[in-house]
Amino acid sequence: MKTTSVRRYLPLLLVVLGIGALSGCTSTNLVRVQPWERATLADYTMRPDRDPLATALTDHVYTSRETAAGGRGVGGSGCGCN
Amino acid sequence: MSLPTRGLLLLALALPAGAARAALRPGDAFPALAGADLAAGRLPATRGRVVLVDFWASWCAPCRDSFPAYARLQTAYAARGLVIVAVSVDRDAAAFAAFVDHFHPPFAAVDDRTQRLVRAVSVPAMPTCYLLDRGGRVRFVHEGFHGEGTEQELRHEIDALLTEPFRSP
Repeated sequence: MKTTSVRRYLPLLLVVLGIGALSGCTSTNLVRVQPWERATLADYTMRPDRDPLATALTDHVYTSRETAAGGRGVGGSGCGCN
Repeated sequence: MSLPTRGLLLLALALPAGAARAALRPGDAFPALAGADLAAGRLPATRGRVVLVDFWASWCAPCRDSFPAYARLQTAYAARGLVIVAVSVDRDAAAFAAFVDHFHPPFAAVDDRTQRLVRAVSVPAMPTCYLLDRGGRVRFVHEGFHGEGTEQELRHEIDALLTEPFRSP
């Protein structure tokens, strides 16, 4: 009797546990760095273009491989403000 | 579908929704500034005043543009009952002090070093400012600072709020 009951509800239990576990992926509070926590992201060392020589080299490779240039500008600062 | 099955499914669907944090919206009461454990400054009297609460940080580029605009608003509206409180979310006391020393704001600048207030308010972007009416309720929320456009919007809203009489909540 007990085994039958467990078998009956096992798939449902697995679905519930699965949704519970995946809810962590959908919650913005758990996976997002909050706007007020972005001091480190705004630091100069986090800028991808902080080294002009490395930027020029990357641009050169990009141009020669992709036959394209530009389109690398991003508005705002590293903190994603505004 | 049986009753326990329905109950379990409803619980599962409620889990992600319950995890979301609610941001303050117009009409909500703003948390008390006095009980927010704010450092580095003295809070002005806000009872019966229209209050502009701005959340800023020393590492936030648009916040640098917003301070001169708030200084102009302070000059234009303080006599009519506007109080500006600029709440920094800086954890670094030296960075906060350097920013304040640079701008010398004519309004109150305090540091939410523990980030308790900003968590309670759950600001959607940096900077964000909240305009509170004389009863302490949020009436307008401005995300980001977009130069003259934001300043004009704020002037329009402040003008409207200052004409409203104070009703004790």
